[in-house]
Amino acid sequence: MTAHILIRSLDRGATLFLIIIAAIAVGVPVLNLMVPETSAFHVPTYLVSLFGKYACYALLALAIDLIWGFCGILSLGHGAFFALGGYAMGMYLMRQIGTRGVYANPILPDFMVFLNWKQLPVYWYGFQYFPYAALMVVLVPGVLAFVFGWFAFRSRVTGVYLSIITQALTFALMLGFFRNNFGFGGNNGLTDFKDILGFNVQAETTRAALFAVSCLAIMLGFMLCRAIVTSKFGKVLIAIRDAEARTRFLGYRVESYKLVVFTISACMAGVAGALYVPQVGIINPSEFAPGNSIEAVIWVAVGGRGTLTGAVIGAVLVNYAKTFFTTGALAPYWLFMLGALFIAVTLLLPRGVVGTMRHWTALRRDRASAAAEDGVVEPLPAE
Amino acid sequence: MRLSRACLVALLLGLGLALCCATAHAASLSEALAHFTADDFSETSTGINEVAASGDPRAETILRALQDGALMYSAENKAVYIKDESDKLTDAATGQPLAGDAPADLDTVRINNRLRAAIEAALGGLTLLARDPDARFEAAQAVFKSRDVRALPTLDTAIAKEQDPRVKRALIEARAAAVLFSDSAKDEDKLAAVEVVRQRADQESLALLSSLPAGTSAPVLKAAAAAIAAINNRLALWNTVQNAWYGVSLGSVLLLAAIGLAITFGVMGVINMAHGEMVMLGAYVTFVVQETIRTRNPALFDYSLAIAIPLAFLVAGFVGILIERGIIRFLYGRPLETLLATWGLSLILQQAVRTTFGPNNREVGNPSWMSGAFDVGGITITYNRLWIICFALAVFVALLALLRFTRFGLEMRAVTQNRAMAASMGIRTSRVDALTFGLGSGIAGMAGVALSQIDNVSPNLGQGYIIDSFMVVVFGGVGNLWGTLVGSFVLGEANKFLEPFAGAVLGKIAILVLIILFIQKRPRGMFALKGRAVEA
Repeated sequence: MTAHILIRSLDRGATLFLIIIAAIAVGVPVLNLMVPETSAFHVPTYLVSLFGKYACYALLALAIDLIWGFCGILSLGHGAFFALGGYAMGMYLMRQIGTRGVYANPILPDFMVFLNWKQLPVYWYGFQYFPYAALMVVLVPGVLAFVFGWFAFRSRVTGVYLSIITQALTFALMLGFFRNNFGFGGNNGLTDFKDILGFNVQAETTRAALFAVSCLAIMLGFMLCRAIVTSKFGKVLIAIRDAEARTRFLGYRVESYKLVVFTISACMAGVAGALYVPQVGIINPSEFAPGNSIEAVIWVAVGGRGTLTGAVIGAVLVNYAKTFFTTGALAPYWLFMLGALFIAVTLLLPRGVVGTMRHWTALRRDRASAAAEDGVVEPLPAE
Repeated sequence: MRLSRACLVALLLGLGLALCCATAHAASLSEALAHFTADDFSETSTGINEVAASGDPRAETILRALQDGALMYSAENKAVYIKDESDKLTDAATGQPLAGDAPADLDTVRINNRLRAAIEAALGGLTLLARDPDARFEAAQAVFKSRDVRALPTLDTAIAKEQDPRVKRALIEARAAAVLFSDSAKDEDKLAAVEVVRQRADQESLALLSSLPAGTSAPVLKAAAAAIAAINNRLALWNTVQNAWYGVSLGSVLLLAAIGLAITFGVMGVINMAHGEMVMLGAYVTFVVQETIRTRNPALFDYSLAIAIPLAFLVAGFVGILIERGIIRFLYGRPLETLLATWGLSLILQQAVRTTFGPNNREVGNPSWMSGAFDVGGITITYNRLWIICFALAVFVALLALLRFTRFGLEMRAVTQNRAMAASMGIRTSRVDALTFGLGSGIAGMAGVALSQIDNVSPNLGQGYIIDSFMVVVFGGVGNLWGTLVGSFVLGEANKFLEPFAGAVLGKIAILVLIILFIQKRPRGMFALKGRAVEA
């Protein structure tokens, strides 16, 4: 059954995409660990971490593309789900520090000792166990998205209204997590991690493994998204995106469809955040900043909304550009460029990179088939 | 003739009296000073009290010198001197510089902590009689807090002499505080004192009444308890009024920030994430205007806002028209894309301001007519907040009038209601679009001038208001200015009344949740449009 769904959902392009990601997932760690540092093919460890970060962003972009590209829900608060997943993972990593913290308290993380807290808050219980933390990574964003979506979709908050409210949601969470008495490290967040599952988070091998796992997560997320959008359920989602009222009048419970896909998307964002935290070594409330969420939306827009592969490509492209420009002399101009990118993509490239390419291919195919029917082969226009 | 003679007699008598007093002063001052030559703490203590009681104008100088360790004495000469910064000696009693060499056995008058306290109290008593009414008022307040029983005689003198009703009131309250802490005062005096303190009715008097000394008799304690209850009631009442006032103030700020948005988002349906940056531009226009005035013509400073308001309207409005012509008109009917494009624009505008003016806060001053505050009952009202409320309401009324009574307003309403019909009636719809967007942005610019008076002027100024403004417009109902007015004041009040219970952050979160729940009930806001306009 599952295999059947999977095979049906993967066309040639999707399979090719999965193979490329798999090759990267294997290739980069191999080039990092096996190839000697003197070789031209060696990938330095910092690049592995950087690519790992991009991989997490790509997963977040996939999650956004699933709801925005296929269901028309523009969430400006997906950074919140990302950060919540990250905090769940960060809490696990904090508990793993144990007595190696500055205050050497076996139970309490350093910041709680510093704040003079006597015991662990209840919501920190259980986070020393990885399976529990992993469950929370999915559950916390999922439940928040479910409750939020239940209220929002049921009252038919759509379009820009929903966008604004999701932005307010992440803004409110940011304010909350900035407070010390919230119990998540306030301003500084959670950092100074030591171990994950018994492996040192700083070690090259761990980093390479985390990178591979992130790529694997992209592949799984991609397959999940493909399975959803090619199913009958996915067809209804697309119908909702294109004509919500008509879909409702045809007898579909629009809000239920939206709620399900919104929750799945939030869980994916949570996983992305959880993989992100051990690779960058810190999670703090600035991850909730509304700007981050809206930036994630632009990755999808650049790559191409509703293409899935485009979301991944867009996330990597924009973030690579960000790394490239913010580390050089051009740093003060990066925000100009990012802003211009927002405007240029919406005005000039509304289909995104991948979407535009597909559009051209489709045009060419149409023309070729039209020409074949006529029995006359016309030369293709130069492009 | 008779009159002038009487005057003359009175004058002579007065003169004589003054002379007598003067000699009496000198005598008593030198007697008091003699205590300082004994090199004994209790003698010094007596000296301090006598100097303070002498009423001599030099008393304060002497006590201050004693406090600073600059009062010297010579046991041999039986004389006291004040040493100034350059080690020159002056005679403490007369203020004349010392002729000849310093005495051989010159030594500092020593003081300990108890004496320091006594000096403080004595100085406080002296300022009760100071010439400056503000100084007397401050001194009375200080006595009210210190409840110094020793100040009683001075207080009585001061009350008898006082002309200024405000200071007199403070002096009477200070006296009441001292009486309540005096062991020798009679119960009926204390009861009267409780009544006086009860009239004052603030946190200080509450603290005073709840810390009465152990020896206080039962009826006084009972009266004090009743007074505490009354004061608590009164304070709670004023607290509510204060919260309501803060709420109105916040509401006016929200109104200013949201009213431009009510035009661009509410009327045109364009979601402009760069709206906050229009507010920020207005604030920076104020900054530039004030800087120019400071360097060119400081006398105009009080008019800086009057100059900045129209200028900010023009600058922000012009930028708004550019945005509409350059970006937004290509995106009509695609609200999500508009949102992204204008967000990008807001990044560019912020960064542009950051590179031009620097990332730090810029100082924008309050003109004199906007600084300061006045008290109404138990609350303090600052002028800048008051003016901003007036300004917000004025902008609102002006905008309503513009929409209702001008040709532009008519065209604008026509275009929003039925674009095709308006176009066929000969209205140039694209021009109306551009001007409407410019109007909304210009109002945001004017809001920036007002906000520069109460907020930090930094490139991030606008971001803080954008989410709140959207909440106001969504809550109040899209496409309805009255909804924006009511929405902003309701949200302002709700914020300020939730803050004391939940704290500022949780209050904000609570408001957000409440708005989401509210939208459940009324998805189109408080003042939803009805009829055909809904479909537009």
